[in-house]
Amino acid sequence: MRPVFVIAGASLAGASAAITLRDEGFDGDIVLIGAEADLPYERPPLSKAYLRGEVAFESLLVRPAAFYEERDIDLRLGVRVTAVDVAARQVECDPGGRVAYDALLVATGGRNRRPRIPGLDLAGVYDLRTRGDADRLRTELTPGRRAVVVGMGFIGCEVAASLRTMGLEVVAVEPEKTPLFRVLGEEVGRALERLHRDRGVHAHLGDAVARFEGAGRVERVVTRGGRTIPCDLAVVGLGIEPATEIVAGTPVEVDNGIVVDELCRTNVGGVFAAGDVARHFHPVFGRHLRVEHWQNALKQGAAAARSMLGRGRPYDEVHWFWSDQYDVNLQYAGFHTSWERLVVRGSLDARDGIAFYMNGRRIDAAVALNRPKDIRLAMPLIKRRADVDPEALRDPDVDLRRLARASAS
Amino acid sequence: MAPRAVVVARVPDIEPGEIRAVTVDGNPIAIANVGGRFYAIDDTCTHEACSLADGILEGTVVTCPCHGAEFDVTDGHVVAPPAPAPVKSYPVRVEDGQIVVEV
Repeated sequence: MRPVFVIAGASLAGASAAITLRDEGFDGDIVLIGAEADLPYERPPLSKAYLRGEVAFESLLVRPAAFYEERDIDLRLGVRVTAVDVAARQVECDPGGRVAYDALLVATGGRNRRPRIPGLDLAGVYDLRTRGDADRLRTELTPGRRAVVVGMGFIGCEVAASLRTMGLEVVAVEPEKTPLFRVLGEEVGRALERLHRDRGVHAHLGDAVARFEGAGRVERVVTRGGRTIPCDLAVVGLGIEPATEIVAGTPVEVDNGIVVDELCRTNVGGVFAAGDVARHFHPVFGRHLRVEHWQNALKQGAAAARSMLGRGRPYDEVHWFWSDQYDVNLQYAGFHTSWERLVVRGSLDARDGIAFYMNGRRIDAAVALNRPKDIRLAMPLIKRRADVDPEALRDPDVDLRRLARASAS
Repeated sequence: MAPRAVVVARVPDIEPGEIRAVTVDGNPIAIANVGGRFYAIDDTCTHEACSLADGILEGTVVTCPCHGAEFDVTDGHVVAPPAPAPVKSYPVRVEDGQIVVEV
């Protein structure tokens, strides 16, 4: 009997795992199961170029349709895995019934948070996770219409930028004191606030949506701070929660995601997890991290596939992501929660700078505005937990490449 | 059209480990120096059209600055996504201390 590897979730992490299994020479069955009807695709453009109608859906595909047939990957779309029986080593599918596995990768991703805000279900209130969401939202995007963007995290910021670029009026409501405050802190957040204000976004910071109102369709947003904002549509971006329910009731450990070790293994034999749903033990940072980035889905999915084959190596990529807003390319690398000092090289206000989140002389993370090359050069310093002089980082005359080389020797 | 040889730079202009954009007939081409050997590829990333010469060259692999796609400068093939397609590569030779690309 050929071994059967089942992958629950056919987005980037799942597809990357399937591709890697074949690249590594696995000749058993690969069953790749996705709840959405579309071939595996990349989500980053959904809030950017695809939302603005600049690229066709086909350009988002991870691989063309023929690829899955050529590589003998049994791709089952429009099928949801509803449960896992770890004792019998079977998944329950809807439709399709039970499928037996020798190894299972859970790559079910996440779903948008839907806080209990009155009126959230009104027509004209959108959120954004799938191609279908983007297609529905896109039909509303005509110049001059008034949109309220709820939440200035990455999705909210990118949607606000896309909508402004398309000529809509945008009012944003964000509970924290700056956009991306919790991720990037106040100093970087202020630079992003200025960016959005400069491009005509009316941002209400430190305020939150109390309710959406309208007769059958959203007409205004009322905030807790007492504002009433008339609008034609609203887009909600309040983060995601990991889609862990398929392992509910099993011994698989769940704690803000499916908990896996550095090899993407859960506590249950034969069950692995990767991508947005996985809370992975990161050897560089010495703790479990759950991240929702494109690069992590791609590379952690591949790492999990190698683990399923018994050829795993600890997954120790430095997390990295980008966010394009207007003409600003933001990139972040590393991981930080708190920092003793923020060392800025260049100028965040001029949108030409990089900020290093440092504890002592160690860089935990860095974020750059229009300085992608500097992020690349910072990544080895972050990964090595290198001892770095903050003054040298700040000094524009010190070559980051030399600094990276010096710390390696 | 038969290939045409174009002088794009002098050898000392591009140091080992460096990648730099030149313009040939209005098209940007990235010239990489890998340990003294020169390679030429289209400078424009097939993902979202960023300049590869603004990226980082490590060995024979250049990383696009914008979104991290990786290409092999020796033949233009994609080493890592999100680039959907390879970049064109061009024959390069050195003549009299000058870097010559066939386009």
